[in-house]
Amino acid sequence: MRLGGGSVRIPYFPGCTLHSKARGFDASARAAAQALDIIMEELPEWTCCGATFSMSADSVMGLVAPTRILVSAKEAGKLLTLCSFCYNTLKRTNRVIATDAERRRKVLTFIEEDYQGTVQTVHLLELLRDEIGFDALAKRVTKPLQGLKVAPYYGCLLLRPAEELRFDDPERPTILENFLKSIGCEVVDFPHKTECCGSFVTVGSPETARECSSSILEAAVKQGAEMLVVSCPLCQYNLDRAQREAPAGQAHAPAVPVLYFSQLLAIALGCDEACLHLDGLSVDPRPRLSKWLGQKAEVTALA
Amino acid sequence: MADEPAMVQFYLMGKPHRVPRGLTIQKAMEYAGFRLLRGCGCRGGFCGACGTVYRTPGDYRLKVGLACQTVVEDQMFLALIPFYPAVKSTYRVEDLPPTSDTLISLYPEILRCVGCNSCRKVCPQEIEVMRYIAAAQRGDIAKVANLSFDCLMCGLCASRCPAEIVQYNVAILARRLYACHVARPADHLAARVEEIERGACEADLDLMVAAGEAEWRRLYAAREIEPDE
Amino acid sequence: MILSRLNTENDVVAQINAISGVDVRACYQCGKCTAGCPLTSAMDLMPNQILRLLQLGEYEQALKSATIWQCASCLTCAGRCPKDVDPARVMDALRTILVRQGVAHVEISKIPADLLAEAPQQALIGGFRKFVGY
Repeated sequence: MRLGGGSVRIPYFPGCTLHSKARGFDASARAAAQALDIIMEELPEWTCCGATFSMSADSVMGLVAPTRILVSAKEAGKLLTLCSFCYNTLKRTNRVIATDAERRRKVLTFIEEDYQGTVQTVHLLELLRDEIGFDALAKRVTKPLQGLKVAPYYGCLLLRPAEELRFDDPERPTILENFLKSIGCEVVDFPHKTECCGSFVTVGSPETARECSSSILEAAVKQGAEMLVVSCPLCQYNLDRAQREAPAGQAHAPAVPVLYFSQLLAIALGCDEACLHLDGLSVDPRPRLSKWLGQKAEVTALA
Repeated sequence: MADEPAMVQFYLMGKPHRVPRGLTIQKAMEYAGFRLLRGCGCRGGFCGACGTVYRTPGDYRLKVGLACQTVVEDQMFLALIPFYPAVKSTYRVEDLPPTSDTLISLYPEILRCVGCNSCRKVCPQEIEVMRYIAAAQRGDIAKVANLSFDCLMCGLCASRCPAEIVQYNVAILARRLYACHVARPADHLAARVEEIERGACEADLDLMVAAGEAEWRRLYAAREIEPDE
Repeated sequence: MILSRLNTENDVVAQINAISGVDVRACYQCGKCTAGCPLTSAMDLMPNQILRLLQLGEYEQALKSATIWQCASCLTCAGRCPKDVDPARVMDALRTILVRQGVAHVEISKIPADLLAEAPQQALIGGFRKFVGY
């Protein structure tokens, strides 16, 4: 989708959470994208994608909303997302529409549009890897985050099911590591980087989610991480919340800031700090990031 | 030859009735001998009391309208839905911030929306209900308020929603939040209220109170009518 | 318990197979799903045990388990299953059967106010889809 002069223009689906609870994710990504000549054009009208993909073979209703979203990007043929939930739901829905003729027919009678599954759902990390290239990205970095020990946390929904998403190797992914290296970070590998944080089980059984998230935090800190990066507001919430509470008699999970990858990217590209929205974390990341914050921005960006 | 108007037939609760062509559903029901005690309000398309759902032969689709505004179609098969059960949350709008948190805390079921669009399809006012529920999930209070402006709270949307949302309750909360916290206060309204409190209308009101019916009729007939813009 | 075709071939398991798109008989109990599942500490029955129960026609135990409501659909099991039995889909099918009957694991009106206010929308939306249904 290259325009003349090296710009990339792509329709963008933020999802409900990025407009309310995860503003920092949305704003920092837009600012970073603008600095890289990527124009993220938010879809003019959109509804919630439904967050989870229903795996029932007879499910039709759950496909309606995500299909509607894909249809609105039909012309462009590509749709950008940031949030793992939206990426997973949209991509898997598209595959059903493209391959299951009977369900496609049913869904299309509801939305009264024609659509054959032609839209490719793209995650910002994929865009950075494939359209810009991490080597080229490294050259655009004005404030390399040298010495910052960051553990990449993938969670589930970017990677699995691997044969449908083809995002990266599901057991030993490298895309976040390569991304972090390109912005100057010291990458901390750790064994739980693809393990579930507890996800929506936090709604029914918050203790279960807390346990999952705690073991992830412990493993990362044990390997020397001073920060984690994620691509999902629910991972961010579960990991952050696990640091705040501990059941009676149990130790607290180690306290470490959990940021969105786009927030670190925006800092490394010298974007205006107003786009970062670093408030509200259990551990304030600003002291550790002070070396790169608090300076006049070279590139003005969308807040 | 026959100077009686052509008749049409409609079915109410399964029973056929023949009525003159051109009547609204409400007038047709009264012609057929019913006295309307429920599901009848302003008769002017504004109060939402007379939401009606109907079908016509050869078409599986549901159609909707307000009984006071919709003209009877031949062979129309209808039911009035004067009230679909809905429970409203209690709140003090002054104490609530105009955010998605407020809407989700009071009506968490809005997150169950599946995007089926049944609500919009059944709205007699052609309001984009699904769009405003999406806006509610995003916390765009102004958009909910603007999109739902024509809502009469007839309840047909709630009757069709598979997620069991009562859309119009969410919308009115958003409109109240908007008016209370978001919309700019109208300066001219405040000024006019002050004028009235200072007695700007007292003389005219005294005149009206003192005059009798004949004088009212004369004043009404001679009133200044605003030109169309 | 007497094992016969009368137990093992029944409507409910057939329904689970149809909804999940999986034939539970393909599972040969290697245990990789349980080994990889990050939520087993909260489960009463392990994923491979659920599959085994379904193979034996004992669907009621599976439906009554706490396990299906602790599953986060993280798909670690599905990624590792050597027979493409996809335990995640089977868990989803078990939940689907219950929510379609109107059994909800989460009572929306009883969700604590701070969770409603703080949790990201996707947590609540996903939770409602899986635990309350539509």
